[in-house]
Amino acid sequence: MPAISREEVAHLARLARLAVTDEELGVFAGQLDVILGAVARVGEVAADDIPPTSHVVPVTNVLRPDEPRPSLDRDAVLACAPAAEDGRFRVPRILDEEA
Amino acid sequence: MSELISLTAAETAAKISAGEVSAREVAQAHLDRIGAVDDRIQAFLRVDTAGALKAADAVDQAKAKGEQLGPLAGVPLALKDVVVTNGLETTSGSKILSGWIPPYDATITTRMREAGIVILGKTNMDEFAMGSSTENSAFATTHNPWDLDRTPGGSSGGSSAAVASYEAPLAIGTDTGGSIRQPAAVTGIVGHKPTYGSVSRYGLIAFSSSLDQAGPFGRTVLDAALLHEVIAGHDPCDSTSLDVPVAPVVAAAREGANGDLAGLTVGIVRELGGEGYESGVTAAFTDAAQRLEAMGAKVVEVSCPHFGYALAAYYLIAPSEASSNLARFDSVRYGLRVGDDGARSLEEVMSLTREAGFGPEVKRRIMIGTYALSSGYYDAYYGQAQKVRTLISRDFADAFQTCDVLISPATPTVAFRLGERVDDPMAMYAADLCTLPASLAGVPAISVPCGLSAGLPVGLQVMAPALADDRCYRVAAAVEASYGAPLIASAPAL
Amino acid sequence: MTTTLPPFDDVVARFEPVIGLETHVELGTRTKMFCGCMTDFGSEPNTQICPVCLGLPGSLPVANKAAIEATIRIGLALNCSIASWCRFARKNYFYPDMPKDYQISQYDEPLCFEGYLDITSEGQSYRIGIERVHLEEDTGKTLHVGGATGRIHGATHSLVDYNRAGIPLVEIVTKPVPGIGAKAPEVAKAYVTELRNLVRGLGVSDVRMEQGSLRCDVNTALNLPGADWGTRTETKNVNSLRSVERAVRSEMIRQASVLDGGGRIVQETRHFHEDTGVTTSGRSKEEATDYRYFPEPDLVPLAPDASWVEELRATLPETPSVRRGRLQEAWGVSDHDMDSIANAGAVELIVATIEAGASSEAARKWWLGELARRANETGTELDALPITPAQVAAVAALVDAGRVNDKLARQVLEGVLAGEGDPEAVVVSRGLEVVSDTGALGAAVDEAIAANPDVAQKIREGKVAAAGALVGAVMKTTRGQADAKVVRDLILERLS
Ligand SMILES: [Mg+2]
Ligand SMILES: [Zn+2]
Repeated sequence: MPAISREEVAHLARLARLAVTDEELGVFAGQLDVILGAVARVGEVAADDIPPTSHVVPVTNVLRPDEPRPSLDRDAVLACAPAAEDGRFRVPRILDEEA
Repeated sequence: MSELISLTAAETAAKISAGEVSAREVAQAHLDRIGAVDDRIQAFLRVDTAGALKAADAVDQAKAKGEQLGPLAGVPLALKDVVVTNGLETTSGSKILSGWIPPYDATITTRMREAGIVILGKTNMDEFAMGSSTENSAFATTHNPWDLDRTPGGSSGGSSAAVASYEAPLAIGTDTGGSIRQPAAVTGIVGHKPTYGSVSRYGLIAFSSSLDQAGPFGRTVLDAALLHEVIAGHDPCDSTSLDVPVAPVVAAAREGANGDLAGLTVGIVRELGGEGYESGVTAAFTDAAQRLEAMGAKVVEVSCPHFGYALAAYYLIAPSEASSNLARFDSVRYGLRVGDDGARSLEEVMSLTREAGFGPEVKRRIMIGTYALSSGYYDAYYGQAQKVRTLISRDFADAFQTCDVLISPATPTVAFRLGERVDDPMAMYAADLCTLPASLAGVPAISVPCGLSAGLPVGLQVMAPALADDRCYRVAAAVEASYGAPLIASAPAL
Repeated sequence: MTTTLPPFDDVVARFEPVIGLETHVELGTRTKMFCGCMTDFGSEPNTQICPVCLGLPGSLPVANKAAIEATIRIGLALNCSIASWCRFARKNYFYPDMPKDYQISQYDEPLCFEGYLDITSEGQSYRIGIERVHLEEDTGKTLHVGGATGRIHGATHSLVDYNRAGIPLVEIVTKPVPGIGAKAPEVAKAYVTELRNLVRGLGVSDVRMEQGSLRCDVNTALNLPGADWGTRTETKNVNSLRSVERAVRSEMIRQASVLDGGGRIVQETRHFHEDTGVTTSGRSKEEATDYRYFPEPDLVPLAPDASWVEELRATLPETPSVRRGRLQEAWGVSDHDMDSIANAGAVELIVATIEAGASSEAARKWWLGELARRANETGTELDALPITPAQVAAVAALVDAGRVNDKLARQVLEGVLAGEGDPEAVVVSRGLEVVSDTGALGAAVDEAIAANPDVAQKIREGKVAAAGALVGAVMKTTRGQADAKVVRDLILERLS
């Protein structure tokens, strides 16, 4: 099925927030094509009546009580951040989504 | 070579407990060994001399106060850098986390600290545990002590190399598709991937959540078992952690060392062998099977028809989960930020950061995973892969109807040369051919040395049903005992 | 482009609306959905954060039992079926207020599904179908700096606070509601009002729109009679009950205007503006969002068994509509009046005021009269006014005791709302007590008689009705604080 184009790689990279270079587009297109071609084999065996496995542990309803636990020290956490201001994490301007 | 570094973990702990040697002396001997050989091995990303000596001193003080020491108190350990350590930089082998000092400990880190284990430092690994040679590390290339031109396996190659080169008697690795067993096999040591859910994942930097499992490395089966019992057990901080008793792996390792396997049925998995397997590997494996038979086991051949699809399923499931798990590295809360010049938008800065911070294999897998989860492709890729997972689990269930354990070579080849596969992702992926089925089914599997091929170690993989980790240790210990001394003793001196 | 918008009556004469509502309710659990951090509103930024809700590498979620139970109870109260097995899913998209850059939510396996909520609006009953009720985690809060009025537009940078990140959020999605014509705006508002009352009655959330613990997205579509349903838009930023109604109305009018002009409705997210009452388009994203949902591997499935569900069902209070029926009978009010009480969100306030000692008449009178007027003026909900049912009951007690009259009572309420303290304190500090001391009033009465000799003469001649004018004069000089009955008696006594 696959024949991954540079455009598709570019689309995937956008979805994944990767500013890939032009050169990488070509390399990845080739490699993804090979890899996806190989893994597409999963379609050969798995029939409709086979349930998918998302979790291998046969466990349900793992819940915790609604009891508070200590939070982290704010200054220590913000010290690890690339930028902070006023007790908050500082980020560059966000693309405008509302008009 | 100092006598202290050649001891097993069990012997070291016994000597410390008996007051024959101090934990500090043991720690210092290993720090000295690291100082002497690690420029050639490059197993460690960072050595925590101060932290190690402090932990060793605490053990010595406890001993002085007459406190009862645990079975591994004072034993040094090399910790894979995927495991979070409070106050000690943790990078998962990635530039994007360079300099990150976690404000908390992983559950297994806590357990090891409480057991008096002395953490020497953090070991090199393939970036985010994606790889089979440790060449995908952003920081260093680790060398196999058996042949410095070869890889120590991956992704836990730093940990396997540290143990194999006597820099530490014990190490922690993580195994998502084989990342403990394959490096153990190619460095001639013991490595075990526990039953999924039996060791807490809290504080392991996630690669593929439904597959990741931390486990022990040791130069002997007993050492690995002792470490297994420290790290295993229920953790309320991990929803997938099983609330059941830990399998009696130490007792099983001791029992197996008697070399009596009467009553045990061992299945050779037909699909994990034959074409594509190095002849030396096949020969060593066949020899190991005969040893098992000689020790009283009934050895049969079984077929697991869907194991041939494990690689395809794995390389969909793991990258899919990874594409989501690695989204958080976005330059906002921790880690790298690139290109924030005051004019660029957050979206641009995020993309530039991730582009600069992730290596090619990580980007490749993120894109495969993004593709496999996309609407329109989900059913054909991720959905089908999860069905294959069901079929592989059924193959195991069927085989375990008649067999107590299953065996195979741990890897199709011995350690390959550095650089040999870096440009061929599919060739690199093939290194995990034997280890993937157990990962997908969540069952335990161990790799134990079973001879050499052209002077390089070969690993025997022993797989058991979920929660029956003790069977892996028992059989591995029997194999180990059949050689008299651990094979690692025949590694060339550094 | 400026076009004249068609009047609403004209729109509903020519088009049929279909609406749908997606409501998010922040649960009032003590701790967050997947970690033990506290959920207190208004704490210092980034003080309620831990490795889990900050998405630190290696951290893992564990679900809060109280949140699961609250969600099941909401589902049961909405007549839903409860899934016997379901999973959480990851919804993947990058946004800085989301620490893991995916939201743990539910996708095709909601915890509760296929229910309904019966509502009444203007005497008419409607059954609103509930498609699903699911549980997810809230995001952090972003502050935009450097632009005008804190908007994202024009900001130089933004600041993120993750205190809210990970608070359990229940999403309640209705089925499309067709066939309600001109009533669409009112029905939308009545639904959210009723849902709010129901959730509040369950005690699982304080459901305050102004604090964001109740958030509502409104889907609107228009079609010509007999035609297929139109393309829907999703209006966000609807922050009050009144805005629910206004948003539907405004979006119906806008869509009609677009269709009238030969245009097409684009499926998009729109933002409601409280100040102008109109919706504007969210800038269309470069590409359609692909959330790449997949089952959350870090959480095991949920499988509520029948006995657990029945245990929870047994904890449900009477439904708001049953409760209303009972209260209506007790209070002896008409259907229409009960509707207004409910739509004003006053039922529980009145109940609490009665419990605090007021008569039902007095409780209704003050909440629906003066206080409703004040809420309307300030554009807030009744329960958001800074006055408690106990304080309203205290005002009613002052009136009953004859210590203040109605006019003074309104001033007392004003004082309480202005933060001057309890009613008693306001009476004292503002000096509002009715003066009924005959000695103190005598001078004012004498003054009034002297100033109005003609009127006084008429009363002396037996035209007692004329006394009203003198009473009025006395009330004026005493700034309404005189006891009118005492004044009248004094006047008649002096002029007889
Ligand atoms: Mg939602
Ligand atoms: Zn938290």
